[in-house]
Amino acid sequence: MTVALSGGEIAARLEERFPGSVVESGQDSLLVKSESLRAAAGFLKTAPGLEFDYLTAITGVDYYDYFEVVYQLTSIRHNHSLVVKARCYGRDNPALPSVVGLWKGADFQEREIYDLMGIRFEGHPNLKRIVLWDGFTGYPLRKDYL
Amino acid sequence: MVIKTEPFVVNIGPAHPSTHGVFRMRATLDGEVVLDIEPVFGYLHRGIEKLAEERTYTQIIPLTDRLDYLASMSNNLAYVLAVEKLAGIAVPERAEYLRVIMAELQRIASHLIGVGAFLNDCGAFMTPILYMIREREKILDLFEMVCGQRLTYNYMRIGGVSHDIPEEFLPALKKFVDSMPGFIDEYDQLLKENEILLARSKGVGILSREQAINISASGPVLRASGVKWDIRKVDPYSIYDRFGFEVPTGSAGDCYDRYRVRVEEMRQSVRILKQAVEKLPAGEVRSEVSHLVRPPAGEAYGHIEAPRGELGFYLVSDNSIAPYRFHVRAPSLLNLTALREMVVGWKVADVLAIFGSIDICMGEADR
Amino acid sequence: MSLFDPGLNLSAYYPGTLPPEWPGGYWIHWGVFVVIILAFVLLMAMGFIWLERREVGRFQARLGPNRVGPFGVLQPVADAIKVLTKEDIIPAKGDKLVYWLAPVVAFVPVLMVFAVVPFQDGALLADLNIGILYVVAISSVSVVGVFMAGWSSNNKYSLLGAMRAVSQLVSYEIPLGLSILGVVVLAGSLSLNSIVEAQHIPFILLQPLGFLIYMAAAAAEINRTPFDLLEADSEIVAGFHTEYSGMKFALFYLVEYCEVLAVSVIVTTLFLAGWKGPLLPPLLWFLIKVFGVFTVIVWVRATVPRLRVDQVMAFAWKCLLPLALINLLITGIQVLVWPEVLPWAVVFLNLAIMVVLILLWSKFFKLGGGRVEV
Repeated sequence: MTVALSGGEIAARLEERFPGSVVESGQDSLLVKSESLRAAAGFLKTAPGLEFDYLTAITGVDYYDYFEVVYQLTSIRHNHSLVVKARCYGRDNPALPSVVGLWKGADFQEREIYDLMGIRFEGHPNLKRIVLWDGFTGYPLRKDYL
Repeated sequence: MVIKTEPFVVNIGPAHPSTHGVFRMRATLDGEVVLDIEPVFGYLHRGIEKLAEERTYTQIIPLTDRLDYLASMSNNLAYVLAVEKLAGIAVPERAEYLRVIMAELQRIASHLIGVGAFLNDCGAFMTPILYMIREREKILDLFEMVCGQRLTYNYMRIGGVSHDIPEEFLPALKKFVDSMPGFIDEYDQLLKENEILLARSKGVGILSREQAINISASGPVLRASGVKWDIRKVDPYSIYDRFGFEVPTGSAGDCYDRYRVRVEEMRQSVRILKQAVEKLPAGEVRSEVSHLVRPPAGEAYGHIEAPRGELGFYLVSDNSIAPYRFHVRAPSLLNLTALREMVVGWKVADVLAIFGSIDICMGEADR
Repeated sequence: MSLFDPGLNLSAYYPGTLPPEWPGGYWIHWGVFVVIILAFVLLMAMGFIWLERREVGRFQARLGPNRVGPFGVLQPVADAIKVLTKEDIIPAKGDKLVYWLAPVVAFVPVLMVFAVVPFQDGALLADLNIGILYVVAISSVSVVGVFMAGWSSNNKYSLLGAMRAVSQLVSYEIPLGLSILGVVVLAGSLSLNSIVEAQHIPFILLQPLGFLIYMAAAAAEINRTPFDLLEADSEIVAGFHTEYSGMKFALFYLVEYCEVLAVSVIVTTLFLAGWKGPLLPPLLWFLIKVFGVFTVIVWVRATVPRLRVDQVMAFAWKCLLPLALINLLITGIQVLVWPEVLPWAVVFLNLAIMVVLILLWSKFFKLGGGRVEV
């Protein structure tokens, strides 16, 4: 059974390493500051006992006030999982650091979120539309798009 | 004499016999050798994630049929599991067994097509895939018995399945389960040591263990690289913890291993089916659930081991009758991340063999 | 005396070239046989198309065409009508003249092959004393047509297919020629009619290895699986004739089947004792053998996947070529040492040699690998 790790415990470890990186933590998820996302992700991937080597999925959710990007992390070695979230504010040019450098599996998923939700991932090597064509205006998965 | 050459770009697809739907690869070639490849998606994008936000939870089930149209039952199952997780709905025992039976039948049907199409991409003149289709036909007949459909089943419901199996289903299923291992053996005998198949697939398109994990590969692609990771085992959903079965893995991570893993998985699926048919209890097949499910506000990620890999549904609910956000973690899309690394440096013919060995379904990758 | 003089008796100059006792001499004989050959080739090609589709249907656990006429025998006719009424499209930026000429250039040499084929004893257009050499020379001209088609289509797939065609044909000419040489050494003649006459027992028994090499090389020459690289449907989408439609496509389609017919005919003549056989009339024997060979070719097509381009080349140069040379050497020695025929001992000896050589090569010759670091 894949153990869903509690966000609180991980948050404590993250705070210890990168003070101020965690915004809030709950039983099933962990919200990190967007500026420290990259560092936190790197820590989660390599820290002994955690080793989240497998990025299951990335999703974006539009909550009108902010966009939330949800990272489902899994460790194949320890068979546990964690949900990490990051928020970005502003509807004109929301941006988050990319995690492609850590997990290559993020490549297409970040492009998809950029395509449909309009969140830019800084540091992504090839950030362009994936399912819609170049030149399409608007971001269909946003709640204010129709 | 030095001949001046220059690389040239070939569009493989979107309309190409071997791209399994409408996938396109922009390949840069130096003669026959592939220098670079850029996958282009979106030819089958229907905006299913957006459509789902406008529909009730039950109305989304037919939409999930259209994701991976070669494994609609698995899609149904993954989606209803996610909703049940979100809303906390219990499922009757008999329905759980029926779900497992359908999911495993679907896995066999999908792997048959996957293996047959892979051999077709290797250049076999339609023979393997037609033999595969002959067997798949029996599964489709079984599905037709239970839900009247042969491709888009719409069979699972939130809290069970749409209706109980007809009387003639179980004898037919038993007959199928008894005949299937013999067929797999016969087929395996023909191809396992076929010299040309070995030459074309052994050592071709190697995906190392580390790479496979790093690119979030799943399903047979991940297991062929030697990672024993099957959601049915590591995070058992439904009632998979009650069945005995093995998780076949490969060692080299090449096309041949991916093909072998699929064949072995079919055997294991038959094993699960045998046990499920024996244990199938009587009783209700659907718990009392309103057609307008209103899950409490929150979010849930439900995932299953679909034929092509980990199929996950991420649902966000705002306590209305429609999901606030509906996201599909499509194994086909993520497995394709590996494509570029696997094909660079190989010949044009290998590109299609490797692509075939990943076994994707564009309906799911583009959504 | 002019060459066009109807009374010209060329056989006086080239003994054995013509049957002089035909009334009207050379020209009537020529005219009759041209008509016979054209009818034979077109009818057989149609028959082959039908037979292949039916047989492949059986191999693939389905029925095959069975709607048009009894057992679907009229299916090729229906297909021909369909394809001939289709629009003839020429790519806008293609080379129009070359594009137009390519099917003709591919088709004519294949037809010319049949000029030297004996349908029964002495029944042939021209009993050239260099018959088999002529066949090898003429049949390799087809590739020019294929290359012209690939080049003028202005399509990258077609160009890839054309490139593959040329490299493959050039490679396979050599084992093909060498395997034929074994037969020629045994028969002591290059004339196809004399080769048939020399076969007291079919040469397939005396030349089992040569037969296999010829079949493999010929499969590559006529682009049948496992060497059908230049039209590789799943890779380069029909290769050189991707852009062709209508009549021109029909011609390429016909070329494909005429080439198969040519190979079946040549194999029958060289290795299966041509028109010879007990009881039945010679022409019937000839046809039975041709259909038998064709069935084997179809069987292979329905069974095996395709090789990759470098593997196909490696197979020609590293496997077929040395084997063909060894085969020629052994045949030469046998002919020198046992000039008086001792057929049955030699048959078993050659079978044993074939088995040993093939086993040896299968041990040392491995296909696979082939990644280029970029």
